[in-house]
Formats: sequence, structure tokens, C-alpha cells
Amino acid sequence: MDDVTPYVVLSGILFTIGCVGVLTRRNAIVVFMSVELMLNASNLALVAFAKQHGNLDGQIAAFFVMVVAAAEVVVGLAIIMTIFRTRRSASVDDASLLKY
Amino acid sequence: MVAFWILAPIMVIAALGILFVRKAVHAALLLAVVMMSLAVLYLALEAPFLFAVQIIVYTGAILMLFLFVLMLVGVDASDSVVETIRGQRAFAIAGGVGLGVLLVTGLGQITLGTAVGLDDANAPGNIQALANILFSRYVFAFETTSALLITAAVGAMVLAHRERLTPKAGQPERAAQRMQDYAEKGAHLGPLPPPGVYARHNAVDTPALLPDGTAAESSVSRVLAARGTVRSAPALADDIEEIEHQIGWAPHAGRDAAPPASTTEEAPATGGEH
Repeated sequence: MDDVTPYVVLSGILFTIGCVGVLTRRNAIVVFMSVELMLNASNLALVAFAKQHGNLDGQIAAFFVMVVAAAEVVVGLAIIMTIFRTRRSASVDDASLLKY
Repeated sequence: MVAFWILAPIMVIAALGILFVRKAVHAALLLAVVMMSLAVLYLALEAPFLFAVQIIVYTGAILMLFLFVLMLVGVDASDSVVETIRGQRAFAIAGGVGLGVLLVTGLGQITLGTAVGLDDANAPGNIQALANILFSRYVFAFETTSALLITAAVGAMVLAHRERLTPKAGQPERAAQRMQDYAEKGAHLGPLPPPGVYARHNAVDTPALLPDGTAAESSVSRVLAARGTVRSAPALADDIEEIEHQIGWAPHAGRDAAPPASTTEEAPATGGEH
């Protein structure tokens, strides 16, 4: 059986890219996509470790992450829609009413 | 491992593309590339059920939801480059590079050894083995998931629902409003002028021309005007002059110069061919 280390490294790289995306992009939808990228990266690590240890708990965890991500996307996109409807903007900088 | 070494660079490039593309639609398509490649990697990691779920749920449902919202919000809602916190972008990139180096070098220090492999765990079939665990050890988490999904569905409905504050205006109310506007402000009573289709150009992005030669802005859709794709009337006039020059007939160039008899017969014939 081969080594799963490259998969875990790739997972780390994708997670890092997702992190930077959340911090730098200003469009709320793209920020959300970066969060999805981070969730996918963690899923890859879970599945890789499931193979490493030879039991399926990691795959079950990845499955639950997918379910929770689906629920999160539905609510998050509904919030983005509501903000866009009232402010005519999908930028995360424009939703700053609590500052004043 | 061949699939991994082919797909890993594609995934990293596509993920980096999400950081750098300006349009959100392109970011969504790049995310689709990452997710599809990830599904293939799941197959290589002996997780055929997650391969199917990744394609159906992530690429099929979640990403399409992203594209739906992008269409509602407006495809051209591109990112602003203005920094609200000074130096935030530089700090974020520096922190990201730091995190990446930390993760990669940290993972380079350890040796995981040879993987045990899932041949024993997958012996009754991957889906059967997953179901055995899911409906025994993780059955409470599974049931809780159903509550989460129902809450998410209700939450999305509550957030997306909009209460109608005023009664919906029907045809009689709108006609009365139109007459009132005409009486008070002298607003035009009839329908909006049609665009200049076929008058100069065969598309609705051409405004109609008023008798004095200026473009009637109300004849073109507001959406086209917002996108900035309305053809300008003077530019079209140039087009016409160019064609007149090509066929050698220029009634607008000089008013006193009468067109030669031979070319006037040619002009309709050339027009008919197109």
C-alpha cells in the first residue's frame, strides 16, 4: 500500500489557499466559496487518514462535513441574498452598519 | 498515485485562480474544477461512496446553488480592490504563506508509514460498511443531522421570504396612476418607443433616433444601458457612411453632388444580397 502523505500535504495547501481567500476577497459569495474550499481540504485529509488507519470513521466524518456544509451553504446564501436585497451590494465591506 | 500527480497541480492552480480572478462566476467554475478533481482523489483513496456524494451534493447541488445566487445578485458584481483596513491584504498573504509553510514543513517532518488500506474495512462493500457504522455507532449524529437539515430549510425560507407591505398594483391601478402622471406632470401616456431594430442595425441594443437625430434613451432596455452595451447612434452613422463609401454612393457627403445613375442602380442590388 502506498503512502498518503502527499494527499495530506495537498489538503494543507488547499486549506491555506482557502484561508487567504477568506481574508483577501471582498465579494461575500467568493468568501463563501473559499470557506467551501477549506471544508473540502479538511475532507480530503479525513479520507486520507481513513485509508492510513484502515477504518471508515474518517469517511463517515467527511460525510457529515458534507451534510453540514450543504445546510450551511443554504442558510449563508439566503443571508447574502437578504443583504443584497436591502443594500444592493454583495461586498462584505458594505455590511458595516454596526460600526456607526 | 498517477491520478494524484496529474490532478494535484490542476487543483492547486484552480484554487489559486479563485484568489486572483475578478469575476465571481469564474471563481465558481474554478471551484467546480477543484471539487471534481477531489472526487477523483476520493476514488483513489478507496472511498467510492464519497466520490458519488462529492459529485452529486457538492458539484451538483451546492455549486449550482452558488451559481443561482450569482445570477440573482448579478453576474457582473465583481470584487472591489479598495482596502478598508490598511495593509490587510499584505498581512493576509503573509499569514497565508506562513501557514502554508508551517503545514507543509510540519507534514514533511513526520512519516506516516505505509497506509493500512481499506481492503479489510471495505470487505462487504464500501457502502455496506459505511452503513454498518453510520446506523450503529453514529446513529445519533445521523438523526441530529436530519434536525439540522430541517432547520436549515426553514431558515432559508424565513430569510428569503419577503412580506408584501403594500397591496399588489393591478391593471386598473396602474392605468389610473398613468393617467394621473399625465395630468400632473405631463408624462408620456403611451407605451415606450421601440428600439431602432432594423432601422440601422438588427439588434435591440440600438436606440431609436428622434427626428432631430439624437438617440431616444427610453427606447433601449435599462439593463442594456446599465451594462454599457448600447450602440451609440453617431457610431452607427459612421458605419453607414463607410458602407456608402464602399458602394460609391454618397448622398450625405455632399448635398449638391448628385449620385451617378449607374451606382444608384447598384446600391439596392448589393443590399439585396445581404
